[in-house]
Amino acid sequence: MSHIELPPPTAPDWHRWRSGLFGGWGNSLVTLAALGVFVWLLQPFLRWSIFDAVWTGTAKECAVDGAGACWAFIGAKLRFILFAFYPPDLQWRPALVVALVIALLVLSALPRFWSFRLVPLWIAALVLSWLLMAGTLTPPQVSTNNWGGLPITLVASIAGLAFAFPIALLLALARQSSMGIVRTLAIAFIETLRGVPMIAVLYVAMLIVPLALPSGAAIDKLLRAQIGVTLFFSAYLAEVIRAGLQVVPWGQREAALSLGLGYIQTIRLVVLPQALRAVIPAIVNLSIGIVLNTSLLAVIGIYDLLNAARTSATDPTWLGFYTEAYVFAALVYFAICFTGSRYSIWLEKRLGAAVRH
Amino acid sequence: MTSTLQPGPQGPGFPSRLRTWLGPLPLQQVLLFAGVLAIFALFGSNTADSMHRMGLTPGFDFLLHQANFEIGESVLPYSAGDTYARALAAGLANTIKVAAVGCVLATVLGVALGIARLSGNLLLATFVHGYVELLRNTPLLLQLFLWSAIIHALPPPRGAYAFLGSIYLSNRGVYVPSVSLQGLSWAIWLPAILLTGYASLSLARRLLTGTTFYMPKATMTVLGSLTVCTLALTSFGLAATIDLPAKGGFNIKGGLSLTPEFFALLIGLVVNASASISEIVRSGIQSVKSGQWEAARALGLSPAQILRLVVLPQALRVITPLMISSFLDLTKNSSLAVAIGYPDIVSVANTTANTTGQALEAICIIAAVYLTLSLSVSALMNLYNRRVVLRGETRR
Repeated sequence: MSHIELPPPTAPDWHRWRSGLFGGWGNSLVTLAALGVFVWLLQPFLRWSIFDAVWTGTAKECAVDGAGACWAFIGAKLRFILFAFYPPDLQWRPALVVALVIALLVLSALPRFWSFRLVPLWIAALVLSWLLMAGTLTPPQVSTNNWGGLPITLVASIAGLAFAFPIALLLALARQSSMGIVRTLAIAFIETLRGVPMIAVLYVAMLIVPLALPSGAAIDKLLRAQIGVTLFFSAYLAEVIRAGLQVVPWGQREAALSLGLGYIQTIRLVVLPQALRAVIPAIVNLSIGIVLNTSLLAVIGIYDLLNAARTSATDPTWLGFYTEAYVFAALVYFAICFTGSRYSIWLEKRLGAAVRH
Repeated sequence: MTSTLQPGPQGPGFPSRLRTWLGPLPLQQVLLFAGVLAIFALFGSNTADSMHRMGLTPGFDFLLHQANFEIGESVLPYSAGDTYARALAAGLANTIKVAAVGCVLATVLGVALGIARLSGNLLLATFVHGYVELLRNTPLLLQLFLWSAIIHALPPPRGAYAFLGSIYLSNRGVYVPSVSLQGLSWAIWLPAILLTGYASLSLARRLLTGTTFYMPKATMTVLGSLTVCTLALTSFGLAATIDLPAKGGFNIKGGLSLTPEFFALLIGLVVNASASISEIVRSGIQSVKSGQWEAARALGLSPAQILRLVVLPQALRVITPLMISSFLDLTKNSSLAVAIGYPDIVSVANTTANTTGQALEAICIIAAVYLTLSLSVSALMNLYNRRVVLRGETRR
């Protein structure tokens, strides 16, 4: 009440840099040594990626002795890496899907637009993406076997998160429930999925689900993989949400119950708004994890961004430029995930500030 | 409800405890459980039907049949014609090998990077920060593919890159110096390892619990056991020879050779985990409030003493559980071996599923291996939390 918080005195930036780099003998030595090692490590990489690189031309020009990275390969195969086997004359569809998803992501990232109206919007966008890619509304139709590249990575991650969310919410509430059997089932589900590697879950979706369905019934391969991704991450998301539920003091529930609210109303109006707000940054971080882990779809033969990049280097006219393909894919993943992690940090500060005031 | 809250002289009996555990709506819960069981039974019978249609018998009998595939490399001796059980055991041994070596190397690299991040040198801290961001924002599988591509793009053994004169990098593998011990039998080095292990564990325990922080005694134990070991080894005629790899004609001879697949997987896992471990170390040390440093300084402790007596015991409480979960992650991530051709348990189980058609059993084996590991580690973690973290909390 009586104390006034003054901002701490800040030294000018160059001051901080000078003392951070050359404050004292030992520090100066470390700086020089680090610089030396860094230059020694970076120099071959720079030579490969910039100075000796081949920027335009054909595979022949890349095969010259002493040539570095063949970025001409990326130029030639860019369409394939981004959209894989989708028919080239229809590639406006995946391009439109990517644009739609990015636009919605930007919209949802701004706290100003946060409201429950985003939920139907996302569901509509996902359904629309599926219809657009499949060509149900605008023939010709394209089989999911031909889908690939960036749209798969984006849509699989977002659909994974979107469908995992309600499941995770139920699991987190069930894990806190006073009903023994419900609690045990939730714990068993969560711990089993968190205990096995994602690849095992994808194998179940690929190999076991077709066997377990009644004869004659079949689920599309991409859809099966999507279900696997969704269930796998719902277990992780459930733990994130549970951490949020634990933030809300038990007294709040008792207060809500004594006001005459029922269980569902208590959870919906009192507990969840506080719990979810506390874990939004953690959910953003988990979403980054989902984007990174959808690359495992490559192992089961789905052409996500990583698999498309890998396959692009098996083109007979551009054979073996794996390193270039992976570096390019890494840049795309990095751009998505680094933006996400910066956003998460920004959000954490903003939400933290909102709580303090 | 109220009756269960008032235990009789012997405490609540089993029925009433069950009633409390069940909570409200017992009938509906039992129905839910029956429903879940029914779904599993339905899937199970469908799977059995499908397998019979394909001419397969569900069950683990196939484990004793002959496996007619080779495994690229294996710690356990294995060759085509051995049983599937043996092939899977070889795969498991390979998983353990890469995970164990990976955890040790990742810890060393991660702690070094974490310290560099905290060192106060701005340039070093910035480099490490960039390294961490780069690794955390790209998929591990992509990193593994990239390492694999880089190693396969290395020159053949004849033109292998040499580091420090004794480490050779080639597209056929990586060759490092090895130490071979002669005149050494199990009878001597098993007790020696056990003794050293016990001594280091007791040292670690002292470090971790931090309550009875009495370094001299622990240090003496370690030094003593090391002396005993050295004496025992020298008196029994130990000859340790260092085997350096050397180029000879078209190949590299001597030393320890690591296959390209193993090396790519190991370096990928280590580099990836070191990024998380460096962050764990940094956040653990930063979690100790600056007041603790100041108080220790005011007591006249030297920087080394502050770190050893005040900061580390507190930081380790934060660091240890996170480190263990990152070791667990590394082990689970080693399942990506299947994508770059290292024969780990997942890869061998996958091959088994493809050759026998027993996919369900193969996946059950994978799941059993990883679940056993994660559940036992999390049980240990709960024990640790109860012993260390909670005790610390209640004392405050």
